[in-house]
Amino acid sequence: MMRMIGRHSAAIFVAAALSAGSAAAANYGPGVTDTEIKLGSTNPFSGPASAYGTIAKAASAYFDKVNAEQGGVNGRKIDFIMRDDGYSPPKTVEQARKLVEQDQVLAMFQNLGTPTNTAIVKYLNAKKVPHLFVATGASKWDQPDKYPWTTGWQPSYQTEAKVYAKYILENLPNAKIGILYQNDDYGKDYLEGFHEGLGDKAKDLIVAEVSYEVTDPTVDSQIISLKDSGADVFFNVTTPKFAAQAIRKAYDIGWHPTQFLNNVSTSKAAVIDPAGVEKAKGIISSYYLKDPTDPQWNDDPAVQAYREFMAQYYPDGDPADLFNIYGYAVAQLMVEVIRKCGDDLTRENLMKQALSVDHFEIATLLPGISVTTGPDDHAALEQLQLQQFDGKEWVLFGDIVGTE
Amino acid sequence: MIRIAGLTRRQWAALALVLGLAVAFLLPMVVTDYRSFQFTLVIIYAIALMGLNLLTGYNGQISIGHGAFYAIGAYTAAIMMDRWEIAYYWTLPAAGVVCLVSGFLFGLPALRLEGLYLALATFALAVATPQILKYFDSWTGGVQGIVLFKPDPPFGLPLSQDQWLYYFSLAIALVMFWAAWNLIHSRIGRAIVAIRDHPIAAQTMGINAPLYKSMTFGVSALYTGVAGALGAIVVQFVAPDSFSVFLSISFLVGAVVGGLASFTGAIYGGLFVVFIPNISEEISQAAPWAIYGAFLLVFMYVMPSGIAGFLRRIGAWIARRNAS
Repeated sequence: MMRMIGRHSAAIFVAAALSAGSAAAANYGPGVTDTEIKLGSTNPFSGPASAYGTIAKAASAYFDKVNAEQGGVNGRKIDFIMRDDGYSPPKTVEQARKLVEQDQVLAMFQNLGTPTNTAIVKYLNAKKVPHLFVATGASKWDQPDKYPWTTGWQPSYQTEAKVYAKYILENLPNAKIGILYQNDDYGKDYLEGFHEGLGDKAKDLIVAEVSYEVTDPTVDSQIISLKDSGADVFFNVTTPKFAAQAIRKAYDIGWHPTQFLNNVSTSKAAVIDPAGVEKAKGIISSYYLKDPTDPQWNDDPAVQAYREFMAQYYPDGDPADLFNIYGYAVAQLMVEVIRKCGDDLTRENLMKQALSVDHFEIATLLPGISVTTGPDDHAALEQLQLQQFDGKEWVLFGDIVGTE
Repeated sequence: MIRIAGLTRRQWAALALVLGLAVAFLLPMVVTDYRSFQFTLVIIYAIALMGLNLLTGYNGQISIGHGAFYAIGAYTAAIMMDRWEIAYYWTLPAAGVVCLVSGFLFGLPALRLEGLYLALATFALAVATPQILKYFDSWTGGVQGIVLFKPDPPFGLPLSQDQWLYYFSLAIALVMFWAAWNLIHSRIGRAIVAIRDHPIAAQTMGINAPLYKSMTFGVSALYTGVAGALGAIVVQFVAPDSFSVFLSISFLVGAVVGGLASFTGAIYGGLFVVFIPNISEEISQAAPWAIYGAFLLVFMYVMPSGIAGFLRRIGAWIARRNAS
């Protein structure tokens, strides 16, 4: 009898010791020590979408900078583990599981791609692993009920489309709108946001909607039918190659509507120059980052700091590549979220802090744009500024638009 | 009869089979769920490679398009589970039948083509599939793909989802390997091999070569399709980007590196397809595919008849030394 009690109390003692131990260590989730925080990310470093891979590399270089110059965040260095998925969803699943189960990362950060993130979003939410600031423009990441552990980063396609819709309602109330869109998720996301933004007016204002397949050689016939529809406003939802074709064709056949161009295709080098600068004059678009190739930011301290950063920490990267300034900006947000966690680096607290960012300003965002999140707001950036191409460069105009 | 350490060659083979099965059975008990998941993928690729092996190894026809059948199998399973809420295990026979029929039909005209020309025709299939999937987006979900639920172990078995899927895939693989073994060692199997070795002689003997070739193509597609369905269940997601041309090429690489016309070769090939890219990435983040290429070259130089052929040669060498 005595022995049994002895055993029992020993078991109780061990259990108590274990729970005390875990209470003391409860401030650290997986992947965190006194000197280190592990974050993971899946990216296409090979394959057809490998051009996007540089975003994570720029973010990683920014973490290197913070580790080198400030000794990390709150004394902990960031160990950012990037794995290649080649933009193939099954590979993303494998790599994400490796990061979570084998590398034991605290959180995922900046996983790139819509199909690839779709493949892992359920897994990460089931495992309660923070899935932070994904690099995709789809709107589905901002669904707090469905995906409580997932947050977006860039303004979604729908947000952007609503900005144009609002502008049209205010400035061109009698518009006859023709829309050209790519027949996939991305195009349909814009279309949906645009309809939502126009509200009841959508069916009166929109006179034509034509689509193209990403495999089509040109969009010439679509532009002709848009012209024939009598539209005087053109909403151009196309990727760079098609955007250039559409702008050129519209001008060449003598169709001169007010043009709105999605910001997927605002690149001067990839779209405006091939289309012809005189043909692109007057086009309205929107953006949220300072474009490092835009001469108006040449003397901007933030863009200069970015150039110095690129030279020192990511010399292989091209400072003119918008993806790099994108990665540089989002990494600053991640550092801020980790800083706010203090020494309570559990997954729960990281998520809580990621969802309580209040007007955090990043110097390479356009002036006036800041990051705000909340328990019901899983989208980091929801503001844009309109810009118009004046025949030489994009000129920002109007107020910052969008919700916070 | 040559004996090594007192056992005949047949006994050694039986021993290896028993040991292999024991290892396969115990594996998920000793490794993490993540590793179980990876080995499940190995099993699934082994089934797909077995299918390609029937076609390329035993029948001598090259296909660079088996990723398409893998995709058809995967989408069959995904659409059945997502739209009609049919239990995952019923999707496997359906995927097999759909692929058998589509493989046979594709085989009929394509098999008039020989060698490299057939390879190019199948390549067309691999290139076209991801785009075709995007066109029928009301069924396939377009580029969004279809997200699936992961099945729980039945009968309250004390297994994790990953362990259960491993055993489920293993059971399917054993049945399919057993069926392939019987097929190859039957009258039909001898005809299939005869067409590869001596097409004219085979025809002279009265073998209907086009029919047998189309049928082999269909059965091969069936194996790959069942593997695709299993792959969809295990990965819980299908999208056109999952089935790029590279998948088809990986299959061919896996079949050749593992060893053509060999049952164990399909398993070695599955291990290669899953683990070599990962090992390459561990060695060099900057140029993983260069390392992968180096691995491939080394394998081809050291083991020109595949891993299975290499092991067979070692076995024969030991037997010879024992005999002398």
